[in-house]
This record gives sequence, structure tokens and C-alpha cells, in this order.
Amino acid sequence: MSTYDGKTRLMLNSYIFIAYQTIVIKEVRRFLRIWVQTLVPPVITIALYFVIFGNLIGSRIGKMGGYSYMEFIVPGLIMMAVINNAYANVVSSFFSQKFQKSIEELLVAPVPNYVILLGFVTGGVARGLCVGLIASLISLVFSGVHMHNIFITAIVILLGSVVFSLGGFINAVYARNFDDISIIPTFVLTPLIYLGGVFYSVDTLPPLARHISQFNPIFYMVNAFRYGILGISDVSIGLSMGLLTLLTVVMFAFSLRLLYTGKGLRN
Amino acid sequence: MSTRPGQGVAGAPWQGHWKGSECCLFFCYACRLLSTAVLQSMTPAISIRNLYKTYANGFKALNGISLDVQQGDFFALLGANGAGKSTTIGVIATLVKKTAGTVEVFGQNVETHVYDTKLNLGVVPQEINFSLFEKVMDIVVTQGGYYGLPIKVAKERAEKYLRQLGLWEKHNQQARVLSGGMKRRLLIARALVHEPKLLILDEPTAGVDIELRRSTWEFLEEINKAGTTIILTTHYLEEAENLCRNIAMIDKGEIVVNTSMKQLLQTLNKELFVLDTYNHMTTAPLLNGFEVKLLDETSLEVALDKGQNLNEVFQLLSDNRISVKSMRNKSNRLEQLFVSLLHRPIDTSAAGAVK
Repeated sequence: MSTYDGKTRLMLNSYIFIAYQTIVIKEVRRFLRIWVQTLVPPVITIALYFVIFGNLIGSRIGKMGGYSYMEFIVPGLIMMAVINNAYANVVSSFFSQKFQKSIEELLVAPVPNYVILLGFVTGGVARGLCVGLIASLISLVFSGVHMHNIFITAIVILLGSVVFSLGGFINAVYARNFDDISIIPTFVLTPLIYLGGVFYSVDTLPPLARHISQFNPIFYMVNAFRYGILGISDVSIGLSMGLLTLLTVVMFAFSLRLLYTGKGLRN
Repeated sequence: MSTRPGQGVAGAPWQGHWKGSECCLFFCYACRLLSTAVLQSMTPAISIRNLYKTYANGFKALNGISLDVQQGDFFALLGANGAGKSTTIGVIATLVKKTAGTVEVFGQNVETHVYDTKLNLGVVPQEINFSLFEKVMDIVVTQGGYYGLPIKVAKERAEKYLRQLGLWEKHNQQARVLSGGMKRRLLIARALVHEPKLLILDEPTAGVDIELRRSTWEFLEEINKAGTTIILTTHYLEEAENLCRNIAMIDKGEIVVNTSMKQLLQTLNKELFVLDTYNHMTTAPLLNGFEVKLLDETSLEVALDKGQNLNEVFQLLSDNRISVKSMRNKSNRLEQLFVSLLHRPIDTSAAGAVK
């Protein structure tokens, strides 16, 4: 495609933008159409966490990092909702399109691979942010409003949802059946999230567990997000942001490579 | 062409005087334009050279296929299950990665000119491959979006093709409520939304009832007349015989026949007729020089070689005091050829479908 002159190139770019827009609209329409499956369950789960951990048990735990337990877990719970949903959206949408072969609609069309990837990732980010917004609104019922650094909060939530959308995409590309798309979330993602410092500060852990936590990428995301909202973090914020950016770049490149090699898509 | 004295601006030959060299230049330019136009129209819609495909499990689906389909053609690609038809289409549509060879669409390589070749190509797959939970209209409009059509244009085109294919009444319903035949027509509407110059249909009428099949044929004939090149794979040989002008037969990944339908049918040297008679017979009558078979007590099958005369058959039947009530051509001629060329047994009970 490099042989095109400037004018044609410009025209192609507008075609490509329309294709991107089309994928995003399709993805958003999908999760809104099945909102009972996509938006309601995370909201109920989050509300239960707030009531049980934050309100009932939390009141007996006392302060953590200088904040009430409820205030301490709010950022982690919001982050958990965002990354879970970003991941779930891409993995289920891409895999079901692959499974029923409607992904061929995209593969036969002149849509560049990076646009396919960006489209699905944007869909995942949209659902992640949508659920994150609802979770934040619910949190207002239980806890006061805090915002230490809106810039860091926004960057972390955006990159976090991009990373997990990419994770969902990679999972979907390798998946051969519906079991494969639930194994990773259940056996890898959930333990990483629960051990990633959503419910506690690593200071409360024994030294070995604290050391192991440092290999968990979600630990850095939760802490960076908590820093953005409350201004407290178990790790250096620079390190967290650096790692998050690195993870985004590496996973994007890897996903794109999967698309170019046609893994699981083109025979 | 320079500005000449006394003539404001140099114009075409009919505007003022031209030097001989200018006329010569103009003539060359016109010739070049004309030859480019002629060459472009002569470029095949599809040109496949030495195409090989071996799947990961070692199955050799294509063994060096070479094939040209000219612009404006209505072309049949025939073959039994697993012969390599869908693999060939898959390679053209970039859904299957070739092992070796080249594929050109309107003179452009599908690998190096991805954008142009894909814009010129519409594919109707063998299996239903849209989301059943999406609305009919959304499926077509979304596909238009993938080809870069602005939403307004995509909607107009979707309405046009859904109406033409008799699906407009269902445009606001989910695709799962459509009947099997309607789902197949939706695949056609979707493939046409970007108005490709070449449409490839992989068994578009499999499992579709006769009425819908016929209206699909009429629609395809119309768009072919309007200039769209069509390549069709089918199991219904009657379909190929009725619609297509040229034909290729593929067997075990190789092209075994590639000719015009007319020429192919001319090579058929035997034609079978079924005669229903008023008489009740227990054995087939002996008709000198003709092969006769008793199908049941009132019907006969007569084989006619090239050059033999049907009048003779009737004469001989009259001599045997057998009167004929009605007569029909047995099954499909192409089917006989197909079997003889590919040496495969067939089941003629299913309306000419090769199993």
C-alpha cells in the first residue's frame, strides 16, 4: 500500500477511519444489547463488596494507610471492575466471532490488522470505563469523594483497560473452545487480582508474600490507581507507570504479530 | 503542444492547424489510451498461476492450479466435496494462506495490492458466517463500514440490495429469525454492499428450495448482465448448466477440465431419454442399433449416440406396436459428464445433486 500517492493515501485513511469506527460501534452495540449479562453482574458484585467488606467487616478493621478501610478498598474495587470487564469484553466478543466465523467479515475486507486490533481494544476499554463509572457512582454512596491526581487516575485506568483488553484478545486468539476463554480468567486473572493488593496494603503481608507480590502486574496497577485517588501507594508511582506503559507496548506488538501471522484465523 | 502564433492556445486537431509532429504525438497518445483501455478490459478478472496449498495436517488441497476467468464471465467451478473449490476461494479471499503460486484479481496481486483487490472482490461463503443476534440491516451496513463506506451510503446500498433480494421486510429483525434460504440471500446482499466487480459464490443455493433458488439465479443473471463477473461453485449441476458460460472442473486439487459450457456439452456423445408408454411390457423391446432398458412396466430408457435419429426410435417402437405417451430427457447432461470425467458414483435421486 506504500505505492499510493498523497491524495489516495488521504482517501485511504478516511476509509480506514470509517472501518475503525464501524468496529467500535459494533462492539459497543454488542455489550449494550446484552447489558443484563455485561453491565448488571459487575455492578451487583461491586455493590456487595462495598456492603460486606467495606461496611460490615471494614468497620472492625480500622484504618489502613491513613484512610478508613472502605476508602482504602474503593480504588482497588473500581480498578478490578474495569480490568475484569475490559478483558471479558474482548475475549468473549472476539472468540465468539471467531467461533461463528463472522470474523471473516473483517478478514475479507480491506481493514488493516492494526485497525482490527484497535477496534476491539477500544470496545473493551469502552465497557471497562462504563462499568468503572457505574462502580464509582456506587462508591459515592458508601465513601466520600477523593481525587489526589486526576491525570494519573485517568492514565492508569486507560492503560489498565487497554492492557487487559489486549490480554483478552490474546486469550481469544489462542482459544479453541469456550473452556479456554474461562480458564485464564478463573485460574490466572482472579488470583492475580485478589493478591494484587485490592483488599490490603502489602505492608500487612509477611516479607516473602510481599516479595512475591512484586511480580504481580496488577499490584502495580492497583497501587498506581490508588495513588491517583488517595495519594497513597505501596510502590513508586514512576515504576508503576513505567511498567504499565511497557506492558501496553509489548502486548500490543504481540497481539499485532498474532494477527499478521493469522494465528487461529487464517489457515 | 506549444502555443502557435495567431492562435491563443493550442487546441485539439479540429481547432486550427497542427504541425505534422503534433498530429503524430496526438495519434500516439490516443493509441496509448485506447490500448490501455483495451488491455484493461482484457485483463482477466481472476488469474491463478500454479497455486499449491498443503494444510498443516499434511492434506494437499491444491496441486498446482492455474485458471483464468475473464471479465464479465459467468464461470462455474465444479468438483466433488473436498476437491479444492473452497480452498481456492479461501486463497483468493485471503482467508487461506497459500503454500505457493500467485493469485491476481483484475491484474493485481492479492498479496501486494491488498486494498484494491479486496475492494474489487465480494465473497459469498458456503457456511452462514454472520452473527445471528444482529439485525439484518446492521449486518449489511457494518460490512459496508469495513469497506470504508460512509454510514449514509452504506444504508442506501443495504436497502437497495435487501429489497432486490426480498429481505427488506425483515431488515429490522435479528438474523436468526430468517429461513435458511433467506440467510443465504443475506450473505449475497452483504457481499454486494461495496459493489465489487467480481462476485464469488461458494454453493449459494445449497439447501435452498426450488422457488428461492430460481429467484436467486435470476438475480445473479441480472447483476452479471450489468457487468459483474461471477464465479460460482455448486453441487447442483443443473445450476451450472443453466447459468454459466464457462466451466472448470477440479478434482483432487487439480483442474481436469477448463472450457466453455457449450464445448463441454458437445463432447457428450450419449443422451438418455425416458419414454412413458401406453403399453405394459415385461421385457425391453429390441430396437435395432439402440440401447434400451426397461425401467418399469410402462417406461423405457433409450440411449442415443451422436448422429442417431430420434425418428428411427419412434419408427422402431411403432413397428413393435408400442405407443409413446410422453418423453423426457433423463437427468442432467452435465451430470453424466461430471461422472464420466471424475469417475465418481452419484446419487441421482436428489435433484441432480452430486453427493
